[in-house]
Amino acid sequence: MALIEIKNLHAEVGGKPILKGIDLSIESGEVHAIMGPNGSGKSTLSYVLAGREGYEVTEGSVTFDGADLLEMDADERAVAGIFLAFQYPVELPGVTGMTFLKEAVNARRKAAGEGEIDAMQFLKMVRAKAKALGVTDEMLKRAVNVGFSGGEKKRNEILQMSVLEPKLCVLDETDSGLDIDALKVVSEGVNALRSQGRSMLVITHYQRLLEHIRPDRIHVLAQGKIQKTGGPELAHELEASGYADFAEAAA
Amino acid sequence: MVATADTVRQVEDVTGKEYKYGFSTVLEMDMAPKGLNTDIIRFISAKKEEPEWLLEWRLKAYEQWLTMQDPDWAKVGYPPIDYQDLYYYAAPKNMDDGPKSLDEVDPELLRTYEKLGIPLKEQEILAGVVAVDAVFDSVSVATTYKKELHKHGIVFCSISEAVKDYPDLVRRYLGSVVPFADNYFACLNSAVFTDGSFVYIPKGVRCPMELSTYFRINAQNTGQFERTLIIAEEGSYVSYLEGCTAPQRDENQLHAAVVELVAMDDAEIKYSTVQDWYPGDENGKGGIYNFVTKRGVCRGKRSKISWTQVETGSAITWKYPSCILQGDDSVGEFYSVAITNNAQQADTGTKMIHIGKNTRSTIISKGISAGKADQTYRGLVRIGKRADGARNFTQCDSLLIGDKCGAHTVPYIESKNPTARLEHEATTSKISDDQMFYCQQRGLSAEDAVGLIVNGFCKEVMRELPMEFAVEAQKLIGISLEGSVG
Amino acid sequence: MTNDHSNPLMQVSPATPGWLKPLRTAAAARYGQLGLPKLRTEAWKFTNLKVLETLAVKPASSGEAHPDLPAALAELDACRILIVDGKVVDHGTLPDGVEAAGLDADAPDWVRETVGTIASIENHPFTALNTAQFDGGIALRVARGKSVETPIHLVHLSTAGATDEAEISHPRVLVIVEDGAILDLVESHQGTGAYIRNTVTEVSVGADAKLGHYKLQADSREAFHVAMTAVTTKGKSSYDNFALSTGSRLARNEVRGHLGGQHIDYHVNGAYMATGDQHLDTSTFIDHAEPNCTSHELYKGVLLENGHGVFQGKILVRPDAQKTDGYQMNRALLLSPTAEINSKPELEIYADDVKCSHGATVGELEDDQLFYLLARGVPRDRARAILVAAYVDEAIDTIDREPVREAFRAVASEWMTHHVAAVG
Repeated sequence: MALIEIKNLHAEVGGKPILKGIDLSIESGEVHAIMGPNGSGKSTLSYVLAGREGYEVTEGSVTFDGADLLEMDADERAVAGIFLAFQYPVELPGVTGMTFLKEAVNARRKAAGEGEIDAMQFLKMVRAKAKALGVTDEMLKRAVNVGFSGGEKKRNEILQMSVLEPKLCVLDETDSGLDIDALKVVSEGVNALRSQGRSMLVITHYQRLLEHIRPDRIHVLAQGKIQKTGGPELAHELEASGYADFAEAAA
Repeated sequence: MVATADTVRQVEDVTGKEYKYGFSTVLEMDMAPKGLNTDIIRFISAKKEEPEWLLEWRLKAYEQWLTMQDPDWAKVGYPPIDYQDLYYYAAPKNMDDGPKSLDEVDPELLRTYEKLGIPLKEQEILAGVVAVDAVFDSVSVATTYKKELHKHGIVFCSISEAVKDYPDLVRRYLGSVVPFADNYFACLNSAVFTDGSFVYIPKGVRCPMELSTYFRINAQNTGQFERTLIIAEEGSYVSYLEGCTAPQRDENQLHAAVVELVAMDDAEIKYSTVQDWYPGDENGKGGIYNFVTKRGVCRGKRSKISWTQVETGSAITWKYPSCILQGDDSVGEFYSVAITNNAQQADTGTKMIHIGKNTRSTIISKGISAGKADQTYRGLVRIGKRADGARNFTQCDSLLIGDKCGAHTVPYIESKNPTARLEHEATTSKISDDQMFYCQQRGLSAEDAVGLIVNGFCKEVMRELPMEFAVEAQKLIGISLEGSVG
Repeated sequence: MTNDHSNPLMQVSPATPGWLKPLRTAAAARYGQLGLPKLRTEAWKFTNLKVLETLAVKPASSGEAHPDLPAALAELDACRILIVDGKVVDHGTLPDGVEAAGLDADAPDWVRETVGTIASIENHPFTALNTAQFDGGIALRVARGKSVETPIHLVHLSTAGATDEAEISHPRVLVIVEDGAILDLVESHQGTGAYIRNTVTEVSVGADAKLGHYKLQADSREAFHVAMTAVTTKGKSSYDNFALSTGSRLARNEVRGHLGGQHIDYHVNGAYMATGDQHLDTSTFIDHAEPNCTSHELYKGVLLENGHGVFQGKILVRPDAQKTDGYQMNRALLLSPTAEINSKPELEIYADDVKCSHGATVGELEDDQLFYLLARGVPRDRARAILVAAYVDEAIDTIDREPVREAFRAVASEWMTHHVAAVG
């Protein structure tokens, strides 16, 4: 059974239809990429999956790990194993990275009927993972994303992903605003998290991220629909021809 | 946007907050008849076996009070208080002669404090970290760790005991910082105060543990008028914490306390408050009227007084903990978190009066308003002519949760000295939908997300709290905002 | 003439046209109830008017008047209207698109309908007094869609002689800028001798309209200056107010703005510079009633000798006024041991999705800046004057209209040379 099964998904924002019938299913352990021009509905899809308020599903279904995802609140989806790496990570003044991670982990433990995590053990674990991603202790002590550079914010997102061990990672334009070195660090972090029990949905406008994170399947999203699906080679095709064909095809 | 409305609704859903300390205790009470007159004042004074001068002081205050009027400048509204419809003295009956030891304390009363999480049996208190004075309605019921403190020459007892055992100290300092005619509620307190804590730290002594008072209003229709006096002699240090709770009752209850602090040369007093009086229900029924005068004077050079408060309770709060910076190089600080939810109203802030040279003050105020609540920061920074080199920094931040509440900032900034520097900054903001979604996407419930974000907002103040109480205060913030956001 | 102590400052009422009678009667009654503000009146907490209670006053007798404008302002290309003790003496040819009318028996409907509707007599005794007593006055209207290039300059003068009695006058001005119209309005206030000038200016800015409103208060050092500027603005309009106060013995400059539409850009800025025993009070109120508006307020104060500055600013954001962007700042320099400042910047906010901040600072000149100039050979007097001018410049820079900005800068600079450099 697929980890996530999206069927005929329609969604609108502020009364405006954005997604117009998405069908997509991702097996456990697979990495899929969604590419598409600006305004095609890429970010909307990530928000709909994560359960952001204001993103109204009007038709279709999403089954995640055997459960009806659309019935769940945003935090329930997160606890169930969906992780969204934000395109624009949000600042939380006064809330340190460590506190934030602990709250998030304990929310999961609570749902599983477990007690709060041991603080010392947790600290050790986070530090080890942070080190691998080049996230310094000082960053963990600072307020989440406050005063972080673009690269720091993205590394911090991947760190959270690594600590929270989700089943499905949705990476929303994770490459945006990153220089080539930062892109490498982030991609390596993501690749290290690839495993049999974890799927990924990588959303991007450009092919360059997919050079580093090699997907199993690529879908082209335009006009609120998946227009084409193929293997990794599809990225190169798009790089050469652009999205113009799909815009026309849909129109 | 839709999300905002949803967020607000979520907060509202959560607001069915249950007041944790809403139980009341059935005890046989010794009460004076309702109403306020010179007989009642004589009765209180006689009960406490007070010296003649104190009775006279009370009567003078009463006479003055009769000529005064309720202050009307604060941004709070409440129906007129019928001062004749209150009890001014209520004490658990078998405490009438004062307990000689904890064994004499009514076990029911001890259980009350246990429910509040304040064990009065010394061996149960964290090994030597905190000494507690517990005030139940009109009397102090127990003070712990007296002997241990006595070894250092520290006096920590109820003010009634202090009147008997240290009459000279009390006479010298009572009313020296807040004169009885200072304001309407302080004047009323001066006439009818029943108990409170007294602390004396001798020269050069650093108090080895936190001193703590827990105030509890239990009896119905009873006003609580406690009086606290802390004197820190030259070079001494004390950290003092007060906590407050009251049972859940439909009627409003009046709490009009006075706190006076005196810091001599190089002395430091750190005064922290976690105020969680019953705030009334979500429609504004019941709750405590918290009309409190708190003032400290930095009498000595290089002395320091620091007020830290976490105010989450009370139906109405009217309180401005202040510092008179008289000694050269003295320092005043005010760190405040005030949360108002549902129908709560708070008009709170501070006064920093700079008199001495090179005096410094810092004001950090974080106000959070949710539900239909109204909150005002009202502060005064005054630089006198002689206060060369005085410095003040003020930061007031308000956070609004929902669109039915209000947040107001009313600073008064007055300077008569050209070498003084004053800075005041204030901002108003809200919890953004982005922040809520980000936290929820990481698995936090709406309530936990609000608690986390608000705690972050309050961080600069929370880190000023003594360690032992920081965790408690953090949880309190979460609880107070339950039902406020989503 | 003797004073009526139950109604201080009240004189025999001037002739009243029929249309004005009900308003005047109400205003007189209201003033009778309010009386002069006391210190315990919160809005007047820092400005003591006790001296006015016993001051002997008489109505102004308009004598010969010759404006003696600061050179920079005299050079400004403008249509000047000379108003002596509240009465219009002379106005040149009005620019195309602007019409003027008196507030008298001949007043047209647009005047009758508007006078007294913007400046309320309810809570402000001086507005009530003005409304009860104004004699003369002027109304100006810019027709819909008209963009008026030449600024209009209202030259307020008072000519009290050297007598024991202060002459009192109540200038009344109404300015209506209709939808889509554009105007720059300059006011200057000057005079000689002891007088009380109690001005009320009502301003209405229409939708998509734009008004620049720039005031110089350089009244006589024996004068009392009380001014209420009440402004109402409609959607997508812009209002740019600046007040430079250097004159009078005691002045209260009050600007109250009602933002009654969306996407309004509202500015109220200024500078006050006091010396001697001057008391200069600036009080502003900004009422955000609708969403998506921006208000910006910056006041700079310079206080010398026994100069006393007062700043009271209040921003009200009503429940509907979401997405309000409000900024308010008062900075004061105290340059003498006996100077004094009272500052009360106030926010009252009932909408949650707003960006509002305010601030206040009080201090003296930065030592290192002063030293830097001295180290470059600038004499101390000049160095101070330069630094103070730069300090005030930040406020003057907010004036939208360039020639007016430069004229005001020159006036401020002149003041620096006279007062700051001289102080040493």
